[in-house]
Amino acid sequence: MNEGHLTQIAVLARRSLLKTLRQPFQLFPIAFFPLILLAVNASGLKAATRLPGFPTHSYVSFAIAVAFIQGGMFALINTGTNLAEDIESGFFNRLALTPLRRVSLIAGLLVGVGVLGVLQSAVYILMSFLAGAHLDAGFGGALVILVLGSITAVAFGALGCAAALRTGSGEAVQGLFPLFFVFIFLSSSSLPRNLLRTSWFHTVANWNPISYLIEGFRSLFISGWDGTALWRGFAVAIGLTIVSLLAVAGALRTRLQRT
Amino acid sequence: MSARVNSLAVPSPTPASGSGSGSGGGLWRVAGTIAWRSLHTYVRRPDLFVPSLVFPLVFLASFAGGLKALGSVPGFHFPAGYTAFQFVFVLCQSSMFAGLFTGFSLAFDFESGFARRLMLAAEDRRGIALGYALVALSRAVITLTLVTAVALATGMRITGSGVDIFGLYGLAALLVLVGYGWAAGVAFRFRSIQAGPLMQTPVFLIIFLAPVYVPMSLLKGWIHGVASVNPATAFLEAGRGLISGVHDHTALAFICAVALILLFSVWMLTGLHNAERSA
Repeated sequence: MNEGHLTQIAVLARRSLLKTLRQPFQLFPIAFFPLILLAVNASGLKAATRLPGFPTHSYVSFAIAVAFIQGGMFALINTGTNLAEDIESGFFNRLALTPLRRVSLIAGLLVGVGVLGVLQSAVYILMSFLAGAHLDAGFGGALVILVLGSITAVAFGALGCAAALRTGSGEAVQGLFPLFFVFIFLSSSSLPRNLLRTSWFHTVANWNPISYLIEGFRSLFISGWDGTALWRGFAVAIGLTIVSLLAVAGALRTRLQRT
Repeated sequence: MSARVNSLAVPSPTPASGSGSGSGGGLWRVAGTIAWRSLHTYVRRPDLFVPSLVFPLVFLASFAGGLKALGSVPGFHFPAGYTAFQFVFVLCQSSMFAGLFTGFSLAFDFESGFARRLMLAAEDRRGIALGYALVALSRAVITLTLVTAVALATGMRITGSGVDIFGLYGLAALLVLVGYGWAAGVAFRFRSIQAGPLMQTPVFLIIFLAPVYVPMSLLKGWIHGVASVNPATAFLEAGRGLISGVHDHTALAFICAVALILLFSVWMLTGLHNAERSA
């Protein structure tokens, strides 16, 4: 990759980042919804900490991990919607006619998403402290959260890109939001897996990769440096990124052939 | 379909006015036609039909299934079990959301221009509001039937009597109208699907700022204060009382629901006048 390609990626990354940061209706839900859900769930489910085997006395510390996954979902929606808008307005086609490389086209977008992932993770960490959570892994743990948050945002953002490239419709990308909420609900988001007493739910949560992603974030808050939870969390985030990028590559090829 | 809508047209040159111009027959004719058309559209379009059924089932699965351990928290006593405890929440939520989704349809019909043509053709425009209310109730029947069937199939216990269960579904019907009244008022004012978050967010917040996961006695801190003045708490407690046969705030819940319906009827009808002026 030469200097020209890096410049292309940097310019598109800047555009991608600014496009989200300049739109309050895209920025607002990133902070507002996780905050509201955290407030409601942390208060409503506080009684769960009295269950034998619950790993912490602070439900806020337990529940904050879900905010990082929700952040990833907002990355999916925002990135996908922005790309779909570019397709709908014809900007993407004009860009494809320039000497810009295909890789730069998507890499620029995803680098912007990665930076936004770091920013939103920092907001969630700050939010967790304000809500009274304790980060057991300390400052080093916060840095790991920023990295994992960024990879998660890229993984989901790439899925949004694939959906936008396949459908070319912002409405269709928005329709994915509820689908991914199902993955959060059917995971260990509200209770640890060992306390999921309904057998089918326990099985689904065990098979659901989102459970391991959540537990990766969660472990840094409630149990410090847990190697198993961390490698599983990173494995899911990186695996999802690879799968999403493969989906993007296929969708991009089809889209550019149509162009 | 167009023939059915055209049949609503006023034969006289006098334009239809918002209220009082049409006879009672005109009101019901308009309402019936709209209800038929919207219900027909609803069952033929999976993009509308599927989410309204999937959401309650996901809530039921994740709350009743995933949080079952909460039923053994010290101080949690509910005779019918945790599935029934959460079923009532899902019933209330689905009912209100059936009303909300109908508000979405109304907003979408305005955006596509269909509702404006309907307003020109309707003998009595209050029939439009009434027609969509019938749609909301019909949609709720489909959703609640499915949710109830799934809950019973997965082992939900009902310890209340037949009369109690009748009361529970009566309360659910009132909640459909509460959700619809709010959403329709917003839809008539904004006439765009972009107002969707404005319809959804307040209802979502009100529902979740109630004792959703555990009884009121186990809520601590600020949420206890909020839940104790939240009408959704009365709905949930009454519903749980009815399903278990141990009545709790039943009269209060019905009074709150009827009061909200009256309030939102005014909100909706003033919204309808707003839409008429704009048209």
